[in-house]
Amino acid sequence: TKTRKNIASGLDSIFHGFSKIDDDFYEELEEILIMGDLGVDTTMNIIEDLQARVKEEHIKEPAECRQLLIDIIKKQMAVDETAYEYENRTSVVLVIGVNGVGKTTTIGKLAAQLKSQNKKVIMAAADTFRAAAIEQLTEWSNRAGVDIIAQQEGSDPAAVIYDACQAAKSRHADILLCDTAGRLHNKKNLMNELSKIRRVIEREFPEAYLETLIVLDGTTGQNALVQAKQFKEVSDISGIVLTKLDGTAKGGIAIAIQSELGIPVKYIGIGEKIEDLQKFDADSFVNALFEKPEEDE
Amino acid sequence: MAFESLTDKLQNVFKNLRSKGRLTEADVKEAMKEVKRALLEADVNFRVVKSFVKTVTDRAIGQDVLTGLNPGQMVIKIVKEEMESLMGSEMTELVIKPGNEITVFLMAGLQGAGKTTTCAKIAGQLKKKGKKPLLVACDVYRPAAIKQLEVNGAKQGVPVFTMGDKQNPVDIAKASIEHARENDNNIVILDTAGRLHVDESMMEELQNIKANVDVTQTVLVVDAMTGQDAVNVAKTFEEKVGIDGVILTKLDGDTRGGAALSIRAVTGKPILYVGMGEKLEDLQQFYPDRMTSRILGMGDVFTLIEKA
Ligand SMILES: Nc1nc2c(ncn2[C@@H]2O[C@H](COP(=O)(O)OP(=O)(O)OP(=O)(O)O)[C@@H](O)[C@H]2O)c(=O)[nH]1
Ligand SMILES: Nc1nc2c(ncn2[C@@H]2O[C@H](COP(=O)(O)OP(=O)(O)OP(=O)(O)O)[C@@H](O)[C@H]2O)c(=O)[nH]1
Ligand SMILES: [Mg+2]
Ligand SMILES: [Mg+2]
Repeated sequence: TKTRKNIASGLDSIFHGFSKIDDDFYEELEEILIMGDLGVDTTMNIIEDLQARVKEEHIKEPAECRQLLIDIIKKQMAVDETAYEYENRTSVVLVIGVNGVGKTTTIGKLAAQLKSQNKKVIMAAADTFRAAAIEQLTEWSNRAGVDIIAQQEGSDPAAVIYDACQAAKSRHADILLCDTAGRLHNKKNLMNELSKIRRVIEREFPEAYLETLIVLDGTTGQNALVQAKQFKEVSDISGIVLTKLDGTAKGGIAIAIQSELGIPVKYIGIGEKIEDLQKFDADSFVNALFEKPEEDE
Repeated sequence: MAFESLTDKLQNVFKNLRSKGRLTEADVKEAMKEVKRALLEADVNFRVVKSFVKTVTDRAIGQDVLTGLNPGQMVIKIVKEEMESLMGSEMTELVIKPGNEITVFLMAGLQGAGKTTTCAKIAGQLKKKGKKPLLVACDVYRPAAIKQLEVNGAKQGVPVFTMGDKQNPVDIAKASIEHARENDNNIVILDTAGRLHVDESMMEELQNIKANVDVTQTVLVVDAMTGQDAVNVAKTFEEKVGIDGVILTKLDGDTRGGAALSIRAVTGKPILYVGMGEKLEDLQQFYPDRMTSRILGMGDVFTLIEKA
């Protein structure tokens, strides 16, 4: 499988040629963070914090300063043990996000992972809107070897979720994975539909642990922050799945989201194959952020 | 998000500065900090922003402030003109061969950008113009990609050519041209699988399609929400495959869409259309001036300035 390459060499090559911590050093840092999609505010906050600590702790070496920065971000992004609690319970995992980010694919990958832990998994095909969304999820259910609950294209997604909750209960499933249609967060009626879906789950399956994952495309820029905010309003979000990190995008917006909204990244997508989903590892994420693009060598 | 508009910010900057007649270096530098910030918040690529800011700064320093404008508006005017020259001010359309000659569009882009949907949207528009489009399913990888194109084609009343998912996309593309010829289709739209620009073998597949089929225009489909990486994507597609234009999707969201400017700046290729929704009629002409206002986060200022 694909992994994020060159981490060590990338780390060594950044801030090369800096013998002291000066304006140029901070400017280079700013460039790296902004090019990683952290956004202006988060970048400035990080740099200010860093400057304060450099002063406080009388740090003189750029290398030391760099390590300090990496440690700060790593610490912030670390996921605690309880993050995957849903795996040990009877739970419903609601997967939401804007169009084309990788929701359906993530469900397929997740189903396979959970199944390999001997969980009984059921999928709910609640994207009844997009052309062939149901067929797509059906194919993933076959690949993962799990059951799927689906109705016709165009049917009420809340009704599919209702059916799926009943099925999960009667078949004693461990985990129900719910796929939903992609929707932009500024579409009021579609966001209301999501609240409705959530209410159905809470009403029909109150004993289940509800895990709501927002899927964000790692290539997305500052808009991902707005997405997370708006989705959080209609459905408490418990974690982020950051996809498409097998490309050259860094997904740094997740750092802004973590610091502003406190939503942790729990999984990353690193490809289109069934095994290309990993639990989030703050170390390799932050290291990859500081990888230098090749053109700069 | 309630952010102060760039105009307000610029007016504030200039409130504290005395200069009236002529823009001083200090004035401009102060103002450009706000411009830089606005562009970065809109996801315009850092390097593009840097060079843009330099150009505007160089031009603005020492300029006479026109009567009727204050220094803030003067800077905005220069920003606007430079944005226009970057973004292009004219509208560009897809090139279509005359008469019954077959025009072939190759649609490419990253995963989930909106290619399949956009193919169907274009097919519908061209059909309305009296053309006879054929949609071709060259995505043999994504689960149900073919079915998705078939469903969308049926909605548009446009035929879909498929050979299942066991054939090579290059062979499918070749065969589709024959099929178009036999069935009087004069537009062929190739829907390809989403691919990463760093995926060598998948990029080669596009090269092979172009080597075997007489592609009229290659269109890069880009999600308008793309961040800093948009330049890498566009540059690589241009270098490896060659693109003729860009379609920006999901602009019905609230993203500022700085990717548009970045891509324009690094490839020089025009933006042809914008996707404004999931429905198959939601494809619109691209208006560079609207995009400029959107990226800068200011709606009506420009019209204000034009009147001055
Ligand atoms: N390279 C890469 N591609 C991915 C990844 N995850 C998903 N994809 C691809 O992204 C595209 C969109 O994925 P989907 O799972 O259909 O996304 P979605 O969010 O369900 O899309 P809608 O239902 O249309 O909103 C597909 O081509 C997937 O194969 C990933 O981690 N890496
Ligand atoms: N809101 C909105 N959604 C869009 C637009 N264009 C496409 N979409 C949605 O984006 C998602 C992905 O669209 P697709 O057409 O499947 O994208 P693709 O590039 O073919 O995806 P892959 O084949 O997996 O690479 C779907 O949910 C579409 O409905 C648009 O302009 N606005
Ligand atoms: Mg989906
Ligand atoms: Mg497609």
